[in-house]
Amino acid sequence: MLSEDLKNKYTVVIGLEVHAQLLTESKMFASDAVAYGETPNKNISVITLAHPGTLPRINKRAVEFAIRMGIACRSQISRYNIFDRKNYFYPDLPKGYQLTQDRTPICKGGAVTVKTSEGARAIVLNRVHLEEDAGKSLHLAGEADTLVDFNRAGTPLIEIVTEPVIRNADEASSFLTEVRKLVRYLDICDGNMEEGSLRCDVNISLMPAGSTVFGKKVEVKNLNSFSNVRRAIEFETERQATMLERGEAVASETRTFDANTGTTAAMRTKEELNDYRYFPEPDLSPLIVSEEWLQRIEAQMPSLPEELYQRFTAEYGLSDYDAQVLTDSKGIALYFQEICSKTQNYKAAANWMNGPIKGSMNERSIEIEDFPLAPEQIAALIALVDSEKVSFSVASQRIYPLLLQNPKLTPLAIAERENLVQESNQDALLPIIQEVITENPAKVAEYRKGRKGIIGMFMGEVMKKSRGKADPKVANKLLQQALEQ
Amino acid sequence: MKIDKQTLQKIAHLARLEFEEESAEAMMADLSKILDWVEQLNEVDTEGVEPLTHMSVEVNVLREDLSQEPLSRERGLKNAPEKDQDYFRVPKVLE
Amino acid sequence: MKNFSSLSEIKASLKTGTLSCATLVEHYLKNIEEHKHLNAFLEVYTEEARLQAQRVDEKLRLGTAGRLAGLVVGLKDVLCLQDKGLQASSKILDGFISQFTGTAVQRLLDEDAIIIGRQNCDEFAMGSSNENSAFGPVRNAADPDRVPGGSSGGSAVAVQADLCQVSLGTDTGGSVRQPAAFTGLVGFKPSYGRISRWGLLAYASSFDVIGIFAKSIEDCALVLEVMAGPDEYDSTATQLEVPAYTQKLDRGNAKYKVAYIKNTLESEGLSAAVKQRTVEKLRWLEEQGHTVEAVDFPLLDYMLPTYYILTTAEASSNLSRFDGVRYGYRSPNADSLESMYKLTRSEGFGAEVKRRIMLGTFVLSASYYDAYYTKAQKVRRLIKEATQALLGTYDFLVMPTTPTTAFKLGEHTEDPLEMYLADIFTVHANLCGIPAISLPNGTDSSGLPVGIQIVADLYQEDKLLAFSQYLQGAAT
Repeated sequence: MLSEDLKNKYTVVIGLEVHAQLLTESKMFASDAVAYGETPNKNISVITLAHPGTLPRINKRAVEFAIRMGIACRSQISRYNIFDRKNYFYPDLPKGYQLTQDRTPICKGGAVTVKTSEGARAIVLNRVHLEEDAGKSLHLAGEADTLVDFNRAGTPLIEIVTEPVIRNADEASSFLTEVRKLVRYLDICDGNMEEGSLRCDVNISLMPAGSTVFGKKVEVKNLNSFSNVRRAIEFETERQATMLERGEAVASETRTFDANTGTTAAMRTKEELNDYRYFPEPDLSPLIVSEEWLQRIEAQMPSLPEELYQRFTAEYGLSDYDAQVLTDSKGIALYFQEICSKTQNYKAAANWMNGPIKGSMNERSIEIEDFPLAPEQIAALIALVDSEKVSFSVASQRIYPLLLQNPKLTPLAIAERENLVQESNQDALLPIIQEVITENPAKVAEYRKGRKGIIGMFMGEVMKKSRGKADPKVANKLLQQALEQ
Repeated sequence: MKIDKQTLQKIAHLARLEFEEESAEAMMADLSKILDWVEQLNEVDTEGVEPLTHMSVEVNVLREDLSQEPLSRERGLKNAPEKDQDYFRVPKVLE
Repeated sequence: MKNFSSLSEIKASLKTGTLSCATLVEHYLKNIEEHKHLNAFLEVYTEEARLQAQRVDEKLRLGTAGRLAGLVVGLKDVLCLQDKGLQASSKILDGFISQFTGTAVQRLLDEDAIIIGRQNCDEFAMGSSNENSAFGPVRNAADPDRVPGGSSGGSAVAVQADLCQVSLGTDTGGSVRQPAAFTGLVGFKPSYGRISRWGLLAYASSFDVIGIFAKSIEDCALVLEVMAGPDEYDSTATQLEVPAYTQKLDRGNAKYKVAYIKNTLESEGLSAAVKQRTVEKLRWLEEQGHTVEAVDFPLLDYMLPTYYILTTAEASSNLSRFDGVRYGYRSPNADSLESMYKLTRSEGFGAEVKRRIMLGTFVLSASYYDAYYTKAQKVRRLIKEATQALLGTYDFLVMPTTPTTAFKLGEHTEDPLEMYLADIFTVHANLCGIPAISLPNGTDSSGLPVGIQIVADLYQEDKLLAFSQYLQGAAT
């Protein structure tokens, strides 16, 4: 970790390049399937294998997904954009060039807002552009050969590039979290870093605090988790600061991250000597994004976290904290919204989501999509509590678990079957209260002397004698009345 | 434009070609000659002219996102110089 | 058996029963065998052609045969035919078997054409003499010591020597028109995008077109009509409807206004014979009441450099896929990934291909991109615009197809630049993407064929073919 002194002496300048695999049915430029976990070299075509005589064909949905991202980030959508060839040799790059957008990214600028310790901060984007993924090369120990699998080759990607405005590992982490959330909300990517559908390269340099001249930029690749991004940034910051302190020049180079040691190392292949010789792809038509097309895409866009947050706070009156938590994941937000369409007790709905439901999900390691209860059942639970037929604790601790096991029943049916409906009838409660008072004269005296706290003990007794069915609110009121007589 | 040895090697590497002494000399000479010849394009005034990047007049040629099963693994691997049941094989990158 | 000048003649004989597809195919197979020394074919589909012939004969009997029944076609070794070898006359594609059939070829097959074989060409379509093939040069049937032209030399000779009725070649800078001129054939280049390039092994993506070698304009028109049209597999193919070319070959009484570029007739390398034949034709047009005018085209000298910068750049990228990983030749001498790439490509590609890859890589490289590549793209636009302006005023441009008649084998192989200059009249149409045709225009004193070239405006194939029919009809 960087010492305070060094932290103040240098400004860390970070830019991120995030690649997100798009959730399309078929590849970016060919109609073979995009499907994960398939056996090797199954999702292929003559186009993907770059056979002679083949030509690319642009996937319409991929283009629309990219535009969705641009709209969500308030980027400028390029009305005229083309694809370029990026030329280099590698076994997993079949054509010997990647089709990408160097000159005319489909989205320019825009920003992603993250929460930092100092409040919300807009991380400005340089661009979002479309390109195709490469295949996979497997280097296995004991094998003289590298094995190549082209299933992934041609998968549509968007590349999201920030301006060099990120200042530390926390911000980088927040940015990635936000991007992940956004692409999942937009239904364009499942945002899974471990599976590789979201990948991140870090560009990092240090300059003396207060300077405006950027230092030499180091690129770190091969980061496959949020925590590795953080660790890589921390390691690099320290490495570069140490070098600068010693008066050594930091080389502008590409480094890979070793997850085992948490360190970066220079790549031994001469990647930097590569001249990609970008030129416009002659085999594809230009894309002209009309106002009309843009509006259609906008109309079909799923709700954004921002929108839902607004509704939850403005319409449902939730706190900022509750609204944040509930919009963290799209599935949760939409489920919650459904509950709120069936009840007006929004606060209760939030409590149920953040409490028992989240609890069950964690316990069972499931996502909301696999949660066995429908939103209307949660609404029914809320109604039951609101009608004072049961207390919240009975609903959540007794009825709810049974409902999970028997999702076809209603909360009321379970309450009645289990004899859990609260007794709030005075005539039923008064005798019990009398009994408790009569049995505990000493405690009654103590209460009357001023020890108000022991009402808890009386309540306990009342609850015991009523086998938990006494409505706590009513019982409490009657108890107090009886004790103060 | 004269092509020197260093430039030749750099370009050859980018194109993954290699030349022995003799053919390298010949290639350098040929390239220099051809580049000298094409340099006459500098005589043309192209001020304010947009480069011609696309010959076809079509725009927005797009494909619906439908997956098809166009090529079996067998056919895909059929032409591979080195392969096994499932993979294409290439010599490892020397570390 | 006679040498049929058109499919309609063949169909007439098929109808009367004096001919069957089976006997027709045997005729070509025999000719191919007898002309082996010309080296036009790399592979002959003997059994398949015989089988196809039987099938088509049956369909003819049943009256269900397609429009091209009776047409036997040869394909340049750059056109994909499923389950058949494809090599671009190069060692680097040794053993490669196509896994699909290209659109244009499929359309011919759908109309019952019979494919008889795969034809020799310059390696990767790079050349103007068919001396760059890894499988030996092709020889001109008019004089086997001479070249047939290139890059589609084998395709030209096949029709010239009656080894098939029609050949499909490709024309990136003149590779159909120039061999057609050297072999006395009709050589047709359609507009860019008129015929789908799906299944055409790419040399220069914004220049390549499939072209037709034929003995008659009507065969040319028919084959074009069948092949042309939109194709979802080629984003650069035009959506424009295909005119019924075969129905529009009669020019009626149209009077034409043609231009010839002054400098083409005053060109240094232009042989006397070619000049004479060209001038004769222009005079004849005048005598027939058409307007013939000389025009200047200041950008003429810049066409070849522009062409070579742009085509080699595109080719350097298109040929990157030939790397020994997924198909074709892989050097047995490699011991690492890097050496596999370098040895495979250095051993697999011929000298001219390597030269063009190097040139193309150079002009695209970072420090030189603007100076060469961007500059050439700008000059291309100027050439295209100037040509379109000209063709707005004139119906056609007329010029020689080639500066000379067929030269001897080995005559230009020492100096690559010399060979490039042979393309001087043909690259124009490819730079602009416009249609052009080479028509037989007499011979020189040695009896070697001379070609005359007609160039028309974009998508004016119908007008071009009608004019060509007119010129051919009047030829003595």
